[in-house]
Amino acid sequence: MDRKLTSNSLKQTFDRRSFVVGSIQGGIGLLLAARMGYIAVAENEKYEMEAESNRVNLTLIPPRRGWILDRNGSPLASNRADFRVDIIPERLENADATVELLGDLLEFSEPEKADLRDRLEESRGFAAVPVANGLDYEKFAAVSVRIPELPGVIPQRGYSRFYPTGASVGHLIGYVGTPSREEYDEDPKPLLLTPGFKLGKDGIEKQFEQQLRGEPGARRVEVTASGRIVRDLETREDVQGNAVQLTIDGPLQDYAARRIGLESGSVVVMDCETGELLCMASMPSFDPNSFSDGIGRVEFAMLRDNDRVPLRNKTLKGLYPPGSTVKPMHAMAFMHEGVSPDEAIMCNGGRRIGNRFFNCWSNHGRVDMAKAVYQSCDSYFYHFAQQVGFDKVARFAHQFGLGEEFDLPVASQFYGTVPDPEWKLEKYGSEWQPYDTVNASIGQGYYLASPLQLAVMSARIATGFAVTPSLIKPDTAPKFASMNYRPDEIAYIRQAMSDVVNGPGTAGRARLPLEDVLLAGKTGTAQVVSLSVSDGRSGPWRYRDHGLFVFFAPFDKPRYAGAVVIEHGGGSGAAYPVARDVMTFLLDPQKGLEALHALEEQWGGTAQERLDRQYQAYASAAGVDLPPAPPPVTLSEQVDAEARAAYSGPEQADSTVFSPRDEANPRAEDTTT
Amino acid sequence: MRGAVSLPAPIAQFPWRVVIPLTMLVAFGAAVLHSAAGGSFSPYAGSHLLRFGVFLIVALVMSYFPEDWARFVAIPGYIAILLLLMAVEAVGQLGGGSQRWLELGFIRLQPSELMKPGIVLILAAFYHSLPVGMIGSWRALLVPAGLLAVPMGLVLLQPDLGTSLAIAFGGVVVMFLAGIPQKWFIGGGLAAVCAAPLAYFFGLQPYQQQRVLTFLDPASDPQGSGYHIIQSKIAIGSGGLSGKGFGEGSQSQLNYLPEPHTDFVFATMAEEWGLIGGLFVLLVFGIVLRWGLLTARDAKTRFSRLLAGGMTATIFFYVAVNLMMVMGLAPVVGIPLPFMSHGGSSMMTNMLCVGALMMVERWNRQSTSAGL
Repeated sequence: MDRKLTSNSLKQTFDRRSFVVGSIQGGIGLLLAARMGYIAVAENEKYEMEAESNRVNLTLIPPRRGWILDRNGSPLASNRADFRVDIIPERLENADATVELLGDLLEFSEPEKADLRDRLEESRGFAAVPVANGLDYEKFAAVSVRIPELPGVIPQRGYSRFYPTGASVGHLIGYVGTPSREEYDEDPKPLLLTPGFKLGKDGIEKQFEQQLRGEPGARRVEVTASGRIVRDLETREDVQGNAVQLTIDGPLQDYAARRIGLESGSVVVMDCETGELLCMASMPSFDPNSFSDGIGRVEFAMLRDNDRVPLRNKTLKGLYPPGSTVKPMHAMAFMHEGVSPDEAIMCNGGRRIGNRFFNCWSNHGRVDMAKAVYQSCDSYFYHFAQQVGFDKVARFAHQFGLGEEFDLPVASQFYGTVPDPEWKLEKYGSEWQPYDTVNASIGQGYYLASPLQLAVMSARIATGFAVTPSLIKPDTAPKFASMNYRPDEIAYIRQAMSDVVNGPGTAGRARLPLEDVLLAGKTGTAQVVSLSVSDGRSGPWRYRDHGLFVFFAPFDKPRYAGAVVIEHGGGSGAAYPVARDVMTFLLDPQKGLEALHALEEQWGGTAQERLDRQYQAYASAAGVDLPPAPPPVTLSEQVDAEARAAYSGPEQADSTVFSPRDEANPRAEDTTT
Repeated sequence: MRGAVSLPAPIAQFPWRVVIPLTMLVAFGAAVLHSAAGGSFSPYAGSHLLRFGVFLIVALVMSYFPEDWARFVAIPGYIAILLLLMAVEAVGQLGGGSQRWLELGFIRLQPSELMKPGIVLILAAFYHSLPVGMIGSWRALLVPAGLLAVPMGLVLLQPDLGTSLAIAFGGVVVMFLAGIPQKWFIGGGLAAVCAAPLAYFFGLQPYQQQRVLTFLDPASDPQGSGYHIIQSKIAIGSGGLSGKGFGEGSQSQLNYLPEPHTDFVFATMAEEWGLIGGLFVLLVFGIVLRWGLLTARDAKTRFSRLLAGGMTATIFFYVAVNLMMVMGLAPVVGIPLPFMSHGGSSMMTNMLCVGALMMVERWNRQSTSAGL
């Protein structure tokens, strides 16, 4: 470099350096061109896909659920088009403000807002929380126009599940609800996260979930970055789920549920020839329509606080001492073990077994098998159970369906207890005693059965075939195996059971108000607490005796069989009028309805009307200070647990001797009503 | 001056070489802005064309100023802009928040923009007046460094990293072209490498640190600050060779692309016009910058040489940083693309630079004809 700087050398430096600057600029220009070529050409495919996934939003359309039909094809569960609003919690920006605004738009009350807040808090973020459905168009539109202020809120048109007979089918059909996290983990499909999608949570809805679900539709829309829909691109229609046809007779189910009235109980009716269950009513119940929307805290508290356990399906999970209803079955067992029907004993108001005297509920004098059944004489059964041996009788009880589970599409059924020496030794570690035979011979002691089992027992006694119940309409009529009873044995018991109703028996008021059909049956009164606590008929509700009745009709050519159990009804007198009216309705609907309408007038409306009124009263009394309702999925399980604990039997072997109560005797009572 | 013989002097002397490409670029920019506004001249495209028209006249008027005026205006201009910068700071302090502009009633003036050509002017004037022999002395380094540091500091206080870097770049290029010894640049470069981590940890605001991190790995925060770069690359990449068609760019039309009319206008353009549109824009900038550098090399005086070189560098800095940013080669700094982005300040600054270049070109021609 020149030591001496001149203006000329500076010009040279400038030229040199400006050339460097120009080269760098040109280089950067080329670099940019190359970079752009790389992005736009070499990586074009990748970025085109990303632009496409930005632009196009795929939303699933929840499929319409398949209908649940009764045996005649009428819907027990259908779908109703409606406007609904859901919230996706993880898209919320300000939960409280959103709830406030949304609550105002939808005219929510304070407890309803509190409910929504609780459900949002407990939600898992990704799954939609239902806010409201069945909205009218004005409210729906009011929410829709405010959507820019309500991120995470999704108003949409959809379908909601509709159960036309409401509470009558609650336990049987179950209900639907938004999938829980556990359900999603088990079956991780995007459909389960779609707002508005519901799956079966209980009953038939849960058991036939896959069949009822259907195929989701899909809607491709062009959306802006803020989620506003610009236009529809294409829509694939959903495929509705398949219908499930039950053996249930919808009107009969509804009738039976309503006929239970103010009582807590259950009615099971089945077809003797096919085993098809025509009716499985359990009351009081819940309204599956409101469960399916996500139950509110007031309603849940009301159901939980009710001592009549409206959340338990009593036909399957109510276990009761069968009482005298097992007597015809025990009589058949004696006959098959060689006891002649004509063989008689003397009932002197009781019977000495071993070295102790056991009471009968009355003094029946000379008693043969038929009289023992229609007059429900305890002494007769004490004597012959002791003579035959209860381990043998217990085997017959199992043959007739007690202590058994049936192959039915239900979440759970309790199988109860048929006590025998082996069972007692295993469970309590103590030997079988004569008083155990005495208690068991009249269906007390450790004996426990569900209404369904009692109905099956009744059908098997009536036909002599091993009838098994079914809930889904089969394509071909099933063939049942004969239980190998002689026709004269069966005819003898049929006649004796007919005499219970139509002869000199304990249930004269159960006689059908029809000329050509005779009902056969057997009463039962199941004791809940010992005589020293309560007489079983008055006093606190929960100390009263259960009333039971098993039946079939027509008595000589049985077509229908069933069982009625009225919890704490104060004896069998509470049960058989229900059976009578249900059978009357089945054979002559008009006559049955007249009886029901008269009763409902006394009770103050139908079951649904009373439930609604009860809800109003409860809500106004309780106000807002109620604990929140648990998510729907745990409802049935909670109740199951309680029920199982209540029916697992006494902790220690029960060594008390049962003292029988009066069987209802219509001859001694007024025969009106 | 061959080929111009047959034309009348005002037409022949009109700076066609820059006005034609610039007009094409601005018109193209207006088309892109029209699309970015959802197919409408308002609010972007119309005002964009209007501003170009106004500032083109300003630039042409400027080009008639003699060299003496320009040199004379350098020092008072520099001081005036410094005062405006301090005024911005004062108003910002009083207002209780930071701001970058002064509300003058009829115009919203951003003094930091004026400083970009201003610093080039003052440094060119300084080196012009510096005796030739002193170019290797400390004075040739320290005085410009001081002139540079004061406005940079004021702008950094606003805080506006992008503009202060633009000021620094223009100033440093002028110093480089002025011929101060190379060792200072090498030393300064090494010092910058060492100072960079320190500056990152102590000099940058948290949001600026985040931007640097995001630039290094955009996928780390796809919903946050990485969003800009990712969406911009998607827009450019999905455009392909020939683009999606005018008004058909889903990234910009559906608001996935942030700032589709200002900083990311190039991505908006590339999505709809593809690589072909991108190469056209690069070509026009190439023509304009080459014209700027050639003007500088043809310049007869030291002042005009440095002035033209610095102005070219200032325009170049805008273009390069903006394009590197939208293509994911540089962190997100708020620097618009000259002549295409919607915005009055950027149009004003760049047209002042172009005006200065046209002025130098005219001086060149005058001295050539005078010399003949």
